[in-house]
Amino acid sequence: MNTVNSANRLVVSSSPHLRDRRTTASVMRDVVIALIPAIIASGILFGSKALVLIAVCVVSCVGFEYIWDLVMKKQNTVGDFSAVITGILLAFNLPATLPIWMAIIGSFVSIVIVKQLFGGLGQNFVNPAIGGRIVLALSFTEAMTAYPNAFFYKVGVQSMASATPLGTMKTMFQNNTWEKLPANSDMFLGIQPGVLGETCALALIIGGIYLVIRGVLNPIIPLSFLGTVFALTAVMDANPVQQLLSGGVMLGAIFMASDYSTSPMSGKGKLIFGIGCGLLTVLIRLYSTGNEGVSYAIILMNILSPQIDRLTKNKVFGGKAA
Amino acid sequence: MFSFGKNTFKRTRGGVTPGHFKNTRDCATEQLPIPDTVRIPMAQHIGAPCQPTVKVGDTVAVGTVIGLGEGFMTAPIHASVSGKVKAIEDFIMPTSARCKAVVIAADKLQTLDESVTPPDVHDFESFIAAVKQSGLVGLGGAGFPTWIKLSPKNLDQVDTLIINGAECEPYLTSDYRECLESPDTVIEGVQLVKKYLNLQHCYIGIEKNKPEAIAILKEKVQGLDGIEIKELATRYPQGAEKVIISEITGRRVPMGKLPADVGVVVLNITSTSFIARYLRTGMPLVAKRVTVDGDCVKNPGNWLVPIGTAIADVAEACGGCDKDPAKILLGGPMMGTCVYADSYPVAKNTNGLLFFSADAAGQQRVLACMKCGRCASVCPMGLMPPQIYEANKVKDIAELTRLQVNACMECGCCSYICPSKRLVTQSMREAKATLRAAAAKKQ
Repeated sequence: MNTVNSANRLVVSSSPHLRDRRTTASVMRDVVIALIPAIIASGILFGSKALVLIAVCVVSCVGFEYIWDLVMKKQNTVGDFSAVITGILLAFNLPATLPIWMAIIGSFVSIVIVKQLFGGLGQNFVNPAIGGRIVLALSFTEAMTAYPNAFFYKVGVQSMASATPLGTMKTMFQNNTWEKLPANSDMFLGIQPGVLGETCALALIIGGIYLVIRGVLNPIIPLSFLGTVFALTAVMDANPVQQLLSGGVMLGAIFMASDYSTSPMSGKGKLIFGIGCGLLTVLIRLYSTGNEGVSYAIILMNILSPQIDRLTKNKVFGGKAA
Repeated sequence: MFSFGKNTFKRTRGGVTPGHFKNTRDCATEQLPIPDTVRIPMAQHIGAPCQPTVKVGDTVAVGTVIGLGEGFMTAPIHASVSGKVKAIEDFIMPTSARCKAVVIAADKLQTLDESVTPPDVHDFESFIAAVKQSGLVGLGGAGFPTWIKLSPKNLDQVDTLIINGAECEPYLTSDYRECLESPDTVIEGVQLVKKYLNLQHCYIGIEKNKPEAIAILKEKVQGLDGIEIKELATRYPQGAEKVIISEITGRRVPMGKLPADVGVVVLNITSTSFIARYLRTGMPLVAKRVTVDGDCVKNPGNWLVPIGTAIADVAEACGGCDKDPAKILLGGPMMGTCVYADSYPVAKNTNGLLFFSADAAGQQRVLACMKCGRCASVCPMGLMPPQIYEANKVKDIAELTRLQVNACMECGCCSYICPSKRLVTQSMREAKATLRAAAAKKQ
């Protein structure tokens, strides 16, 4: 008989009984907030088409997740905001001129095939947005590599870039010649050809700093990733600064390689993961037939990350070395 | 010689900062009125429960032995009120383990048993015998019989006494009030333990969020040799035995070993002053200071509660609840136990009684693990909960052994920090149970 409780019923649960205020949704919301500067930058650089593409990807990613939960009779997981992030990141990997139906196919691949078929949030072994991007890049290579110049919408469609800075740098490296690259300051602000969200390093760095301050992002992966790319290209005399400012390395290092479920958990593991991403990026950029290597580098390291986790266990307090 | 010691870089990692909630820090201890009946469970320590040594109808006085245990790991249990034994009942503990409980109808005269006289203590053996007779168990919450703690097999290797006044659990202020209200008794207890165990160094560890306690004890130890106050960072679980040893001495207790194996004996600060008081008066452990708090309680405070008093009686005596409590906790919110009924009694190791409403105790929806690794980063033992969870799902004994899940002390940091609101600590308990079951099968 309980006299203090009129309903005569008490909750019995296991300790602890106090929980931190942070939730999955608030973590994801922070990531969305961190992506806002880059969204604004893409709107300025690539015009309304960019914003439409972002909206299409977000709506279709959330929509596919909602339909999946409905069809599979699962609890609705749309509220955790993770599909919103996948949508934004996928759009960031697309050129502004990409037809909308292709973007919807990319969203389907990201959410249904890469994420949900493997068990949903936390269970996917590669980054959904990168998975979607790679499928699109291999299926619609022409449309996916038609990089418009920044501000192309002001001068007309003829302003398609013949060569991105990445391509130029590869030619320079392989033929040991000198060619003209955009000014560093232009590249930092994003005034260069490329996909939606990758060109403006400034906006991406602002987002990254916000995430570090909010305790959402551990800076080890971005710093080791970018540091490795810089150090390696510096040693090989292959434009280290421009390498960091062009292509998807900034976007990849800050927002995609650091994805929780597909990267190692321990600090040591994160370091190995970041260095591995950097190494593969440089090798692909300088020696393969394609120009861009960030997404392949990250996806390869994603696949390795369970193994890295196994090898880089934390040292257990007072425990034996494993 | 150096301003920073050899321990500067050996701090334990992890831990969380759940907020202090020390609402009752300024509430001086008040004596709870003697209730009409007390129900004293025979399991108030780690180890086999005691057996009642009284029969229904027996007259008992305050301090009469009513329960004695066989075997090594035990501590006697005394009547907390004078009166008549009304019943000897079956009793179910929150862990679902069972024992007997002695129900005493109080005559409210509180006559003392004739055995309550200062014990004759002159050497180590008589000191340990006295501590055993006092019924003292670790008052920090674990309930480990103190006399066993004070007589490790390798006592000659022990050189350091650590007095644990960290009280890192939110809400609880019972140890803090002990420091403020009887600092002299605390120091007296420290010196007694130091003397009879022949220990050179003593550190009293207190978290920095209790500056008044630190100041008053610092003043009291001035001029005393070998007693030092250590200010600890305010970080849960600073008061966990292995953590406080590592923070203060830099020594790490290996898995499955005891503090004495690294030359340390750890004692809770209220336990320490209890020893001094017992040697002075011979009054066994029959009452406990309990912090009563939580969002439902009208008047939060610290109360000296006779052991065996029902939670409902405590609540009534301190003004009752102004909201319906949905969850009642024995102990702090991080490691405390939920009780299933408010008739549950206060025990020797109860240091807090928290009444939370449905809003505060509400269960949150458990979401999928996104492998963010926060649980691993706050684990003071350096464990990897997500991997342990996965290994336990498929009952992979080899993997669970490799992940050393038995190092888990269930401090609750992992569940606290989990943004997906998963019951991480519970999954660690389940993994430990899997290992226990596997070991039992092997034998």
